[in-house]
Amino acid sequence: MRHILSILLENEAGALSRVVGLFSARAYNIDSLTVSTTEDPTLSRMTIVTHGSDEVIEQITKQLNKLIEVVKVIDLNESEHIEREMMLIKVRALGKDREEMKRMADIFRGRIIDVTEKTYTIELTGTSEKLGAFIEAVDRAVILETVRTGASGIGRGERVLKI
Amino acid sequence: MQISGAEILVRCLQEEGVEFVFGYPGGAVLEIYDAIFRQDKFKHVLVRHEQAAVHAADAFSRSSDKVGVALVTSGPGATNAVTGIATAYLDSIPLVVISGQVATPAIGLDAFQEVDMVGITRPCVKHNFLVKDVNDLAATIKKAFYIAQSGRPGPVVVDIPKDVTQHRAEFHYPDSVHIRSYVPATRGHSGQIKKAVNLLLEAKRPFIYVGGGAVQGRAEAEVTELVRMLGVPCTNTLMGLGAYPGSDSQFLGMPGMHGTYEANMAMQHCDVLVAVGARFDDRVISVPSHFLSRPKKIIHIDVDPSSISKRVKADIPIVGDVKLVLRDMLEQLKQSGGKPDAAALAQWWKQVEAWRGHNCLLYTPSDELIKPQAVVQTLYEVTGGQAIVTSDVGQHQMWAAQYYKFDRPKQWLNSGGLGTMGFGLPAAIGAQLANPNAQVACITGEGSIQMNIQELSTAKQYHTPVKVLALNNRYLGMVRQWQEFFYGTRYSESYMDALPDFVKIAEAYGHIGFKVENPSDVEPVLREAFSDKLKERLVFIDFRTDQSENVFPMIQNGKGLDEMDLPPHMRDIQQVPFENNRDYGNMC
Ligand SMILES: Cc1ncc(C[n+]2csc(CCOP(=O)(O)OP(=O)(O)O)c2C)c(N)n1
Repeated sequence: MRHILSILLENEAGALSRVVGLFSARAYNIDSLTVSTTEDPTLSRMTIVTHGSDEVIEQITKQLNKLIEVVKVIDLNESEHIEREMMLIKVRALGKDREEMKRMADIFRGRIIDVTEKTYTIELTGTSEKLGAFIEAVDRAVILETVRTGASGIGRGERVLKI
Repeated sequence: MQISGAEILVRCLQEEGVEFVFGYPGGAVLEIYDAIFRQDKFKHVLVRHEQAAVHAADAFSRSSDKVGVALVTSGPGATNAVTGIATAYLDSIPLVVISGQVATPAIGLDAFQEVDMVGITRPCVKHNFLVKDVNDLAATIKKAFYIAQSGRPGPVVVDIPKDVTQHRAEFHYPDSVHIRSYVPATRGHSGQIKKAVNLLLEAKRPFIYVGGGAVQGRAEAEVTELVRMLGVPCTNTLMGLGAYPGSDSQFLGMPGMHGTYEANMAMQHCDVLVAVGARFDDRVISVPSHFLSRPKKIIHIDVDPSSISKRVKADIPIVGDVKLVLRDMLEQLKQSGGKPDAAALAQWWKQVEAWRGHNCLLYTPSDELIKPQAVVQTLYEVTGGQAIVTSDVGQHQMWAAQYYKFDRPKQWLNSGGLGTMGFGLPAAIGAQLANPNAQVACITGEGSIQMNIQELSTAKQYHTPVKVLALNNRYLGMVRQWQEFFYGTRYSESYMDALPDFVKIAEAYGHIGFKVENPSDVEPVLREAFSDKLKERLVFIDFRTDQSENVFPMIQNGKGLDEMDLPPHMRDIQQVPFENNRDYGNMC
């Protein structure tokens, strides 16, 4: 099953590689990973999307907690959460495709952020599935390039991850 | 007053009360060596290979309650240390390893003798640091010692660039450490402990399984009290030997791949199992599915939450310092006023004694060939069971674990987790330095000893009178055993051709060497080696042992705990299905 883990860790050199190294050394999967500092400059926050059985996720969580720099780990799946990912997608936009592309972007609430005679670059935000759906919906042949940030997530309502 | 980074490091080690630093110099650490030269609070032990420095520091710790300290130079010195670090990591031994690094401006430029030590050791340390600023040095060393010995212990590497050892700063050693992201568990959850106590009192076939965590956590008194109070059988793993006295009748021997018949059968057929600082290693239970094929309730006590339910799901997980948890447990047990089910226990013991009655460690003595088991048994007698015993890895290691009865923790030192050949001799040196008055014996094989034999030189320099017992079967014996069992006796590269004359080697290093070929000489030679006359001398004894001897019992990979390959005299009994065993009655 797919899980989305939120991790608070010390904002120190090498901390990220420790987390990534843990996944590779123990043969766990990383589907996506995003990381950046938080409002507290001494802390980074990481979101890791992974998949595995409940036992595997339990081990991942415990092993992450064991890392000295890791302050807190939560599995966002355990309660309601919001998830967002951003994608920049560059598509060929010529002739009648140009109109069609604009319409598609609108439907998915995307924004065209760069325009040339032959291309559009569209910014899209949403769940990973939504971004995937967009790719599915457009003609493969017109996609020139995509770049995705990977998911980041946050608990709904009052629930916060803080120290 | 400002002092150099090297001087700061030395002051830190002094503040930590370090007595010995095991190491080997080189360009990146020359500043540190100079600072060591100019002090006399701790001693430096010059080994002959950095791997040995770490093993010696490791065994110094294993045989005492202190943190081991090793010092190596950058590049090749650092990489040579990695095997030792990984060894300590898998056995949870508190170590601080200081490695030199090229100067900070040169880092990342493939400088002479540069290696990314923090990167290389990341998967095999509890934690590691690269100190980039001399102002952080003292606090980092303080943290390193704290992390190494708290919670689940382990090795911590501190990589120090050469210029940091030269830069100057005020020395200030912090009194305490607080790391907000690192708060090791101490007391166990009292509700869980209560549940465990109730379960234990209801148990019909309880069994206690004690691992290395009980040794590292110094929980031997609590383990012993619990086992005796409940009147139940127990087992110590390879790493746990000595946590419960090996010569006591409630001890069934070691479990697992080369465990005893009685320990393995009890482990498989118990109804309540208490794991104390033990982690259901694959060498103990083989495959979890088979181990769990008999329903049993599992109480698992460990300081490391990630060890619980890693291979086997615990019914009652208790995270905490094993000593403190067991104390609380004993307290609750006393307060509850409950008594174990005496009738059920009597039945259980009847079964256990029936298993034990087969005497699975019996071997055929010989007048012509030296039986390796007999050498270990004789060592036990000659040393009165008091020696600190180190071992290498192989058949001799298993015989040492099976035939020497360890009554105290920290008396048996071996590489259980990584299985490192080459551990034994440097470990014996480290243990002897930590315990100058103890008898220290290293049980090794002719293969293993050659992996760090150069340490005979270190032993000479520092007058560590250890006794090296090489069980020389002219084979990489454990490899040979597997090839015999699983590879149609095709002894691919397991024969040790061109063996040296170990007596001459010992003599060349300035020690005493004996070669023993006759079984009747085993005891006299051992008595001589441990006599007062040779008290101050390292004695190397080359025992030419029976080449064909194998380690039994044995559990093949993928087989269950009750599917052991048994020694010849027990081959028949294995056929009797357990359920039909009359002694067992209707308890199953
Ligand atoms: C560094 C290292 N290399 C290889 C092995 C694999 N190995 C395990 S036991 C063994 C044979 C050891 O032979 P010896 O020291 O002669 O002991 P014996 O088994 O004969 O008692 C080998 C090669 C190991 N454990 N460690």
